[in-house]
Amino acid sequence: MRIACRLSPLALLVLTACEPAVLDPLGPVGGAEKSILIDSLAIMLAIVLPTIAATLAFAWWFRASNRRAAYLPDWAFSGRIELVVWSIPTLVVMLLGGVAWIGSHELDPPRPLASPAPTFEVQVVSLDWKWLFIYPSQGVASVNRLVIPAGAPIRFTLTSASVMNAFFIPQLGSMIYTMNGMQTQLYLQSDTPGTFRGLSSHFSGDGFADMHFDVRAVPAERFDSWVDAARDKGPTLDVETYTALARQSTNVAPYTFRATEPGLFQQIVMQKLPPGPGPEKGRPTPDVSPRTGT
Amino acid sequence: MWGKLSWAAIPLDQPIPLVASGVVIAVVVSVLALVVLKGWFPYLWREWITSVDHKRIGIMYIVLAMVMLLRGFSDAIMMRSQQALAFQSEGYLPPEHYDQIFSAHGTLMIFFVAMPFVIGLMNFVVPLQLGVRDVAFPTLNSVGFWLTATGALLVNISLLVGEFARTGWLPFPPLSELTYSPGVGVDYYLWALEISGIGTLVAAINLVTTVLKLHAPGMTYMRMPMFCWTTLASNLLIVAAFPILTATLTMLVLDRYLGFHFFTNEAGGNMMMFVNLIWAWGHPEVYILVLPAFGVFSEVVSTFSGKPLFGYRSMVAATMVICILSFTVWLHHFFTMGAGADVNAIFGILSMIIAVPTGVKVFNWLFTMYGGRIVYATPMLWSIGFMVTFVIGGMTGVLLAVPPVDFVLHNSLFLVAHFHNVIIGGVLFGAFAGYTYWFPKAFGFRLHEGLGKASFWCWITGFYVAFMPLYVLGLMGMTRRMQHYDVAAWHPWLVIAAGGAAIILLGIGLQIAQLVVSIRRRHELRDETGDPWNGRSLEWATSSPPPVFNFAVLPRIEGEEAYWGMKERASKDVILGPEPSYRDIEMPRNSATGFVCAFFATIMGFSLIWHIWWLVGVAIVGAYATFVVFAWRDRDEYVILAESVARIDRANRRARRVMLGERELVS
Repeated sequence: MRIACRLSPLALLVLTACEPAVLDPLGPVGGAEKSILIDSLAIMLAIVLPTIAATLAFAWWFRASNRRAAYLPDWAFSGRIELVVWSIPTLVVMLLGGVAWIGSHELDPPRPLASPAPTFEVQVVSLDWKWLFIYPSQGVASVNRLVIPAGAPIRFTLTSASVMNAFFIPQLGSMIYTMNGMQTQLYLQSDTPGTFRGLSSHFSGDGFADMHFDVRAVPAERFDSWVDAARDKGPTLDVETYTALARQSTNVAPYTFRATEPGLFQQIVMQKLPPGPGPEKGRPTPDVSPRTGT
Repeated sequence: MWGKLSWAAIPLDQPIPLVASGVVIAVVVSVLALVVLKGWFPYLWREWITSVDHKRIGIMYIVLAMVMLLRGFSDAIMMRSQQALAFQSEGYLPPEHYDQIFSAHGTLMIFFVAMPFVIGLMNFVVPLQLGVRDVAFPTLNSVGFWLTATGALLVNISLLVGEFARTGWLPFPPLSELTYSPGVGVDYYLWALEISGIGTLVAAINLVTTVLKLHAPGMTYMRMPMFCWTTLASNLLIVAAFPILTATLTMLVLDRYLGFHFFTNEAGGNMMMFVNLIWAWGHPEVYILVLPAFGVFSEVVSTFSGKPLFGYRSMVAATMVICILSFTVWLHHFFTMGAGADVNAIFGILSMIIAVPTGVKVFNWLFTMYGGRIVYATPMLWSIGFMVTFVIGGMTGVLLAVPPVDFVLHNSLFLVAHFHNVIIGGVLFGAFAGYTYWFPKAFGFRLHEGLGKASFWCWITGFYVAFMPLYVLGLMGMTRRMQHYDVAAWHPWLVIAAGGAAIILLGIGLQIAQLVVSIRRRHELRDETGDPWNGRSLEWATSSPPPVFNFAVLPRIEGEEAYWGMKERASKDVILGPEPSYRDIEMPRNSATGFVCAFFATIMGFSLIWHIWWLVGVAIVGAYATFVVFAWRDRDEYVILAESVARIDRANRRARRVMLGERELVS
């Protein structure tokens, strides 16, 4: 992001206006994606910039008023030029195609990350309109705040309680859809401790704008103390509290569940727990124009 | 009696839609009053509403597109201002309204601005370029237009009665299913597009048939102007892709109306099927839009460079390759669904491959300019603006086709910037280039150049100011469709983007001024000869505006660039050759079928949306009866006598002889 800020013609105005995101990765996935982004852009700029320059140059030089320019009123074919104009984009695409092929395989979301540290499990449920993070090994859960140990690969298993969403933490890398009745998988890792932003990046209805969450990557020992603290307070996540949580609500402040019913996530995925209900109010009735705001 | 419809469906508590629709109703009522009071209605009915003349229908398509552009752009202004204001606040649009606005903006701009604009240009130009008197199915053409207008009307009715979809321009289930969107908004969307989709399909069947079957003598495929080729490719795509859209939306209709489970969460429904199907239509759709624009640029760059199109055969090949490849890339719209590495990689690479023929086209326009004598008329400015802008949009598109890059940029404002970059920089600039280029052909006078150029500069500046910040915001992790946000760093960029929208507004204002000024000064801008730009294809061989039969005698084509060849031969002889022998011409009779069908389709759509079942029945019977009456007709053609043809044509030949004589004296 720093690059864009420096390049900005309004540098003064926006100097402070830089949100760390895709170009400031904190983990291996985001890091690899950033370098693919920049490499691909560089490869393409190598032909795009000359093309733009040539367009402007030809347009200027061959203006009707420039009598020094040659006029070739019948020149409409050149086999050599045809060969070149088909070859240049083809070569670029071959190069980029290789990048895409290797990148797609190495950065496939469900592909485990190579790491000496043990992989850590988080189950993610997108609800209308908040995020539920279940820690199956720890038996706790959290709403709208994701706390993870830094330096360890995290295996996210994701589903949705109702409509489609996408789980995205820009500084860590790849996003992935969440869908009801299905589960998707994503490995991410934060190399350093820190607090950053996560959000839904697939529109999911009226409360969508508030569907973001804090991500706190903390050192391993601090993570353990967070789990201990979570076990001390908050309600228990069971069918009843989940059903209440699945109803539409916006702008939910983060809180934790002291305990979780085992297998709850699988029950959601297998639709043993029914999908979340839709809007309940409307103007004049929900079947004309539903209203979900407060 | 009236289903779900009641007075409470009108949003009396919301001033914005109320005032907006009040203004629209006032404008419509005053226009209607003017028409009736001035006694113009019989003329409009006879010459326009019931017209089956491809030129008139083409013009009506473009008028529809321009009116809807104003509506769609109002939505854009509201979105940009909402996002400029909604930093740590709710802005002025609550979510249930904001969500309707971005959904309506996308739906209108694609289906009721871009589509009618390019279909209008194709309708107007293609029969003239092919040297024929009309399209293959004139009445069907009229039906197609009026069904498109029905769709546009339904979307606009939703402004006042009920609501529009709040699901985005493509209503992904399960959000668009009855559980999560029980309101009438999605139903408005569905019926507007079901009805207008049929209109688009019949328009395309008509144009494909026209290009394949109707030609002036000697107009072989490899002598057709580039615009005819891109028309063929684009309409083949419509014929293949629009049934997918119609079928997909029908499945969603069945889910919502009859309790089916194609895409629901429960009972085995699968939203991924919808996403696949909708993009199997949706990706060809962007080429449906941009290919005709490529055709316009090919005509314009060649004409204003004073040279034939460089690498014509290569361009034809590139067009047809794009036509086929556009069906093989749809999955790049959802790399983040988790389809697996092989699938993602293959679709990523296929998406890049389609950039090859597109790149070839750009290079060929470049070499068309090389060695030319470039005249900077407004259409040429749009074309050069396009070449620079579109290359950037193409580059960011290929970037998004790399799956790992898409994993971090998908659905972000980077994506929004990319597709506006290609749709504004490609389709819309092409539409505007075509509009200024062929306007004199349609109306017999040119558009004001100064205002046209001023508008171009506003549009292109406004475009860059509005959309370059969106690229940056995408890299800063801002996703699309946010009604408010609390990230301070995004705010200044969104304010800049809103400023860009204001510059575009100025450009649109200048375009309106251009039209008004040009109409007022039409006598000094008159195109006497029918060939104001020193054109190269057949549409310039007839008068401006062309007579209803286009050509008094069908031209005989003896090479590429038919009209240029004639002019060169004619210049050598100074005169136009001996007067041809005129014959009686049979032309199709006007028909109210299209308008009446669309009238019933509007009633049908509206009553389906509101569950007024008896009225649905009435409308279906009415539409069917219209069809039967049309099928029962005895006379479908009328004759223009040879004397009238001769009288009309001689005037044009005189003007043209003067022009050629002058040109001969100069050279």
